[in-house]
Amino acid sequence: MTIVVLSRRNLLAAGGSVLASGVLAAGGSALLLPARADGLAPTESMTGGANNYRKGAPVVDRIGKGGFWMSGTVRRAGDGAPLAGQRIQIWAHTVEGQEHEPQSHGATLTDKDGAFRLEMPQIIPIFGQPHGHLAYDSGEFKTVFLRPIMRSAKETSLEAHFVLQPA
Amino acid sequence: MQGQVKGLGSLIWVALALAIGVPIAFAAASEQLAWRGPIYILASFAGIIALGLVLVQPLLIGGYLPGPSAYRNRRTHQWIGGALALAVVIHVAGLWFTSPPDMIDALTFSSPTPFSPFGVITMWAVFAVALLASLRRRLGLRLRLWRFVHIPLAIVIVVAGVVHCLLIEGTMETISKAVLCALVLAATIKVLADLWRKRAVRGESAARQ
Repeated sequence: MTIVVLSRRNLLAAGGSVLASGVLAAGGSALLLPARADGLAPTESMTGGANNYRKGAPVVDRIGKGGFWMSGTVRRAGDGAPLAGQRIQIWAHTVEGQEHEPQSHGATLTDKDGAFRLEMPQIIPIFGQPHGHLAYDSGEFKTVFLRPIMRSAKETSLEAHFVLQPA
Repeated sequence: MQGQVKGLGSLIWVALALAIGVPIAFAAASEQLAWRGPIYILASFAGIIALGLVLVQPLLIGGYLPGPSAYRNRRTHQWIGGALALAVVIHVAGLWFTSPPDMIDALTFSSPTPFSPFGVITMWAVFAVALLASLRRRLGLRLRLWRFVHIPLAIVIVVAGVVHCLLIEGTMETISKAVLCALVLAATIKVLADLWRKRAVRGESAARQ
């Protein structure tokens, strides 16, 4: 009986302190927000990410005949706010062309939730690894090149996420 | 008895042909080839053939292949060493042509792919052996010193080469590739073990005198 009472008391105390610290933390972050830079860290460019990049790939509804989905999100460093209307360039070695060929490149824009999704041909292994390339290089934020790897060459989708910092 | 030895001899040759031929045949049937240009395909197969040649080398120098004399084996070992260096050159040059930035990353050890540094280390070890072998007479390297230089480099070629191959997701079929790599390692270990044993026996007999 004593044990139950004790644990209930402990529970209440613990719950209270979690609540208090939560409120304090939320208040603190709201107060500090404008000067805060240590929140969501910006995404670093990956090694080899810029390989076979072509500047100014056109915004397209779909790259080639499609069949494979590249998707992801674009957010702002620090507060993690979704960034709408951001241009993301995508390219890869696919069943329809090599990495450097123009038809393997395309771009898309993020929606109001900062999400993007572009259909493209199936990615196949090149240089020993099935991978895709993505770039943000519109100038407003610092340029980032990503090179995500597929867990298996049989997968039909791939994700990459950007956290951008002001240029 | 003679017939049995002959039978065993041809069995070894058949096994060697299968160990190298089967992975090449699987790679030649890979669906990946449909989406690769001719130079990329050439580069890929130069790499696969190089792995096959790395299997032949310890078998030749260890005298495990029936038929030719020890002298002929050594000469063939040298020629195949040259062919191996050439295969590596074709492999690297073809990949450079296919995607220069990826090859520059690899050669400068700044590639995101984990197998690339192993491939580059293998390449330099192959080139080093080829260069030293071509200069051996001029440098006056005696057998002992030659082995002291060649054996560590050969171990680097085998180990780094095998790791490089196993980590790659490409045209080679997984099991036939793994078997070929295992045979390369086994043949190398066998040659080293035999050499060690011979040296120990020689040491003993020298001590007895």
